[in-house]
Amino acid sequence: MELELRGITKRFPGVVANDDVNLTIRSGEVLALVGENGAGKSTLMNILYGLYHADEGQIYVDGEPVTFESPGDAIAAGIGMVHQHFMLVPVFTVAENVVLGVEPTGPLGRLDRAKAHDQVEEISAQYGLHLDPEALIEQLPVGIQQRVEILKVLFRDAKIVVFDEPTAVLTPQEIEEFFKIVESLKASGRGIVFITHKLTEALRIADRISVLRRGQTVGEADPAEIDEVALAEMMVGRPVQLVVDKEPAQPRDATLQVRDLHVVDPTGRTLVDHVDFTVHAGEIVGVAGVQGNGQTELVEALTGLREILGGSVQVDGVDLTDSSPREVHQAAVAHIPEDRQRSGLVGAFTVAENMVLTRYHDDQFSDGIRMDWDTARSTATTLVEQYDVRTPSIATPAGTLSGGNQQKVIVARELSRDLRLVIASQPTRGVDVGSIEYIHAQVVLARDAGAAVLVVSTELDEVMALADRVLVMYRGRIVADLARDETTHNEVGLYMAGAKQQEPA
Amino acid sequence: MTDTATAPAPGDATPDDASGGLVRRLLARIDTTNAVVLPLLAFISALVIGTVVIALSDIDKLKEGDIGGILTTIKDAYLALPKGAFDGWRPLNETIVATTPLLLAGLAVAITFKAGLFNIGGTGQMLMGGMGAVWVGFTMNGPGILQVPLGILAGMVCGMLWGIVPGLLKARAGVHEVISTIMMNFIAASLVLYILKTDAFVREGRNDPISKLVTPEGRLPRLFGYLDRPELRAHIGFLIAIAAALFFWWLLERTTIGFEIRAQGANSSAARYAGMRPGLLIMTSFVIAGGFAGLAGASEVLGTQGRATQGFAGDIGFDAIAVALLGRSSPSGTALAALLFGALQAGGQKMQVDTGVPVDLVLILRALIVLFIAAPLLMKAIWRIKAEGAIAGPSFGGWGS
Amino acid sequence: MNQPATLTDAYLDLAGSVTRTPDQVKRSRNLGIAYFVLAVVTLFVFARGDGGTSTFGLGGDSTFGVPSIPLAWICAVSFAALGGVQISRGTGRWQSALIAAAALLFVFTLMAWAAAGKQFSLTGTLHDALKASTPLVFGALGGIMCERSGIINIAIEGLLLAGAFTSAVVGSVVNIWVGILAAMVVSGLLALMLAWLAIRFHVDQVIVGFAINFFVLGVTSFIDSRVLTRNPEYNGTGTISQWKVPGLHRLPIVGPILFEQTFYVYVALGLVAFIAWALFKTKWGLQTRAVGEHPTAAGTLGIDVLRRRYINVTLAGAISGFGGSWWTADVGRFNENITNGRGFIALAVVLVGRHHPVGALMAALVFGFADALALKFSFLNTGIPSEFLELAPFLVTLVVVASVGRGARVPAALGQPYEEQ
Ligand SMILES: Nc1ncnc2c1ncn2[C@@H]1O[C@H](COP(=O)(O)OP(=O)(O)O)[C@@H](O)[C@H]1O
Ligand SMILES: [Mg+2]
Repeated sequence: MELELRGITKRFPGVVANDDVNLTIRSGEVLALVGENGAGKSTLMNILYGLYHADEGQIYVDGEPVTFESPGDAIAAGIGMVHQHFMLVPVFTVAENVVLGVEPTGPLGRLDRAKAHDQVEEISAQYGLHLDPEALIEQLPVGIQQRVEILKVLFRDAKIVVFDEPTAVLTPQEIEEFFKIVESLKASGRGIVFITHKLTEALRIADRISVLRRGQTVGEADPAEIDEVALAEMMVGRPVQLVVDKEPAQPRDATLQVRDLHVVDPTGRTLVDHVDFTVHAGEIVGVAGVQGNGQTELVEALTGLREILGGSVQVDGVDLTDSSPREVHQAAVAHIPEDRQRSGLVGAFTVAENMVLTRYHDDQFSDGIRMDWDTARSTATTLVEQYDVRTPSIATPAGTLSGGNQQKVIVARELSRDLRLVIASQPTRGVDVGSIEYIHAQVVLARDAGAAVLVVSTELDEVMALADRVLVMYRGRIVADLARDETTHNEVGLYMAGAKQQEPA
Repeated sequence: MTDTATAPAPGDATPDDASGGLVRRLLARIDTTNAVVLPLLAFISALVIGTVVIALSDIDKLKEGDIGGILTTIKDAYLALPKGAFDGWRPLNETIVATTPLLLAGLAVAITFKAGLFNIGGTGQMLMGGMGAVWVGFTMNGPGILQVPLGILAGMVCGMLWGIVPGLLKARAGVHEVISTIMMNFIAASLVLYILKTDAFVREGRNDPISKLVTPEGRLPRLFGYLDRPELRAHIGFLIAIAAALFFWWLLERTTIGFEIRAQGANSSAARYAGMRPGLLIMTSFVIAGGFAGLAGASEVLGTQGRATQGFAGDIGFDAIAVALLGRSSPSGTALAALLFGALQAGGQKMQVDTGVPVDLVLILRALIVLFIAAPLLMKAIWRIKAEGAIAGPSFGGWGS
Repeated sequence: MNQPATLTDAYLDLAGSVTRTPDQVKRSRNLGIAYFVLAVVTLFVFARGDGGTSTFGLGGDSTFGVPSIPLAWICAVSFAALGGVQISRGTGRWQSALIAAAALLFVFTLMAWAAAGKQFSLTGTLHDALKASTPLVFGALGGIMCERSGIINIAIEGLLLAGAFTSAVVGSVVNIWVGILAAMVVSGLLALMLAWLAIRFHVDQVIVGFAINFFVLGVTSFIDSRVLTRNPEYNGTGTISQWKVPGLHRLPIVGPILFEQTFYVYVALGLVAFIAWALFKTKWGLQTRAVGEHPTAAGTLGIDVLRRRYINVTLAGAISGFGGSWWTADVGRFNENITNGRGFIALAVVLVGRHHPVGALMAALVFGFADALALKFSFLNTGIPSEFLELAPFLVTLVVVASVGRGARVPAALGQPYEEQ
């Protein structure tokens, strides 16, 4: 089977996500589609999958023009897709998710659960996916959820399988296992599209590499003939620095001291399990871990957003254990939250209003009752310039800025004051390479200015690039505390997967 | 889909002098579309559907096939509306009288809209406010300079106390305000009926639910009292309403609490992250809302009616929702919308007298206006407007807590 | 938390020896305080006065008597004890069962107090409770169908009212059965409009629902005062009488409660069972729930999300319209605003019943019981002002919703527009 996308254009309000894109996919080979965040990779694949409709262009299957009105048509044509954000119903079982839409039924449309169970079990065994058909999705770790997604695709007997950034949620070892699955799919004659912005992975598994930049195809590459640096330049359009530029850390006194921290959810389930660690002034401590191992809750507990059941949190000797977010802020702690659209910004507010979102109550901006908007606006103007936020004006709603510029607004707001501690959660998730470089530099600057920095990221590369010391979280516990220079991606990966644990000193 | 919602491609936002002006002009145009054109079209669309309802419900003429007669009725009805509202001193006064509580109650809804909440409880808050005000109104006997402010204050405080309940229930127990405020309305209605029958309230010699008369000193002074024309009923409640609208503007645009309320409404989890206290803000918004609605009640009993009855709040609490939506929750918009609805109300009375078309028509118009205002996309589709930018109607998310 | 393996474990559980989160401790304390308040109320209201024996009728001639004052004392003491345990240690996994038991005891004491020295037909009241809950069940089933597929439905009141109006008018012109059918069609179309505005034009679903409620109220009131009052021939259908189920209605106690009702009750119970089965055991149900929980997931598997929503919402409207005709069948005509807020209570029923048909039936029974009890009390001359009896169902709704509160999980995609590009 050969799939061809010819001249695909897709416009969203204010953006051309795909601009005259051409792509060919063949059975029995792995095509890597690379491009930085926002390049239009997901959009292109969603068009192929019938989820979006192209404004221009045509899809051909074995030379015949086809139109996919809906995913149903694409599935029927033998296309399967594992989405970047998993498409699983959390309250359903594995089997229910897999058979959804092609349910085995009895009389009156009754679900034949036994049959569904057997079918799912059979395919699971056949590909060595080790899935329990009756497990509830919401109780499964993300790595397993991904296998459910793969099972869904196999269940529909797809000939071309698209994986949209599948490795983002996996540990290095899980990535290896994933590549094995990809190889076996390829061996069975299927065609694979592997989307990523991690170039080493593309070079490692792909037979062909196609590069997308700002919605346009900028070229194809043969993995045997191109190296990472050249590929990165192709992807970004200029030479890229692949490592963060920083001096060795000069840790001083302990700033953040976390002792025996215990956090539970409302039903009493443990989320952060008696955690101990220290962050010193002048060092960056990175917290690595697969998504969903308590990092989010740890940060929430440290910043006053989540109730602490036991243990203590101190910043420079001041107890912040049961403090409110406001008190944490006033203790000279900056917090860059993990989801900028959900909590870091008010999208409908102007850039100026967002620049004071966490600081409006400071003496500088208000007398406790009235706001001093003149000062707020002039501060915002200064910060926009200083932090290189690309915005038409400070009166522009922040929600209309690009992801990278939104993140810069947050970074400007949080880092532009005297700080003892910086807590940055997923500081560069979903932003372009230029903004990533810029934000990383700002984080290093904060360290060099004497703040203690805690960076939490599920991107192992980011932790390894920024951190002076690496902590690994697994199931709510800190299972490793490693000096950056004395560890490797592989070792951290083993800790992330729970395959290895440090004995408590 | 979080990372794809609104962000344009990186680099697109580079400031560009040539297009800067254009962008600004474009933005300005979208704003007029949203703030002026769409509400106007919503109003016109509602009138058109109202026409159909009048025509279809004219059974007798329909049976006779008297199309001309039906058209005359429609014409007379719609002509009676502006006539009854603006044609002369008396209609103008009636419009002001009707506008006053609509504006106050409209603000009560608008403040909660700003906080991302839906206050359907204006009626109940008004009723309780009215009870507090009328009690001061008939128990005290002057001097007016003391009694009037006290009566108004009592109304406001009672409204606030009633308003805090849904706020508390939402903040503490996660009860959706749509359910709680509706229940509170029913409860208030029964409670008022009960209170009006108690010895403390019931008028001497009556056993129907009607309160004692507010003493002359306790009545809100009439605006045109100096003209010595008793039929000009407009009273200083109108000035209170305008002052309330100004206060509303100041609160939201100039104070920290206003900033917090707006942040809470636009993105509750960002507000929490920013150190604001959502629970407190929910309660504050509802207390302020109750205060506005309580003022509306006070203005009705102390100004317009001089007594309290079971139904003195009428449908004002619901009209207020249409008012706030139509006015897009801004103080000036809400004031204009209240004026429009006040005029409709005043004109509707005349329409009923002159043409026999029931004032209930206004009820239908109100619902349609709400619907059309909330559906900018529908308005655009019907009237074939092409405006750039995705504009959304007001939104309250779901039931989740 | 695991199931306790032995009785000892169960006891330890009861004694509160498992770790409790601060939140749970706080809740437990509040609940304990509530018990104490009830104990005091019981003591100061129900355990005073002349008392006397309350005679409860069980249908036919069978009765049983309860001395009201001793009962009140027992009730107060148990509440106080319960409150003590609840505050000091919590009641663990027994909490819900104990709340239910306490509520039953309280209501029973209340009835005994009201009926002290008098006759009180228990079966009669339960019969009326079931009857009063019927329209709530239909409204709530409509709400569940709608919200399970991801569309908020606060228009239940309007859909019921439209059903009542249509069935009365069409029922008068043709006959009641055609009237009922017409009610289903009209409410179905109104619901379709709700879906269309919400789906196609992204109107906030709370606002559309609100607007539909008041549109229906406006139109029905307008036509009522413009047409119906002057043309009574358009408003008068006659009622639908009860149908005693042969044989079954002779059963003691359950007979007079369950099997001497109008066909609405039987349809309601059947529909609850059917929808519960369909939602959880069929392909339709699986897809409907998927569409309400994660429409994009359903969409990527080729399910037509919007079509499913349109169909379900329209069916939901038809069910509510049928429920609306209950008033016509009961009263025999239409009066302005005849549903008087019952649609809003049905809304609460949906939430309290956790979007499950059987849960909704239970919740509807509670509210129906409050309704029936209020009516009963007004005949018993209890001295409670009639206004308080009128507001009781609404107050009960508020209290019940507040105590269920955050516990209620709603379909994840509820209220969010779903977009196809
Ligand atoms: N549904 C959408 N509505 C509006 N803009 C979108 C939508 N989906 C994607 N975009 C925009 O299109 C561009 C490409 O996005 P995407 O395809 O997700 O990039 P990638 O997957 O390469 O990171 C981005 O600028 C993004 O903001
Ligand atoms: Mg993507």
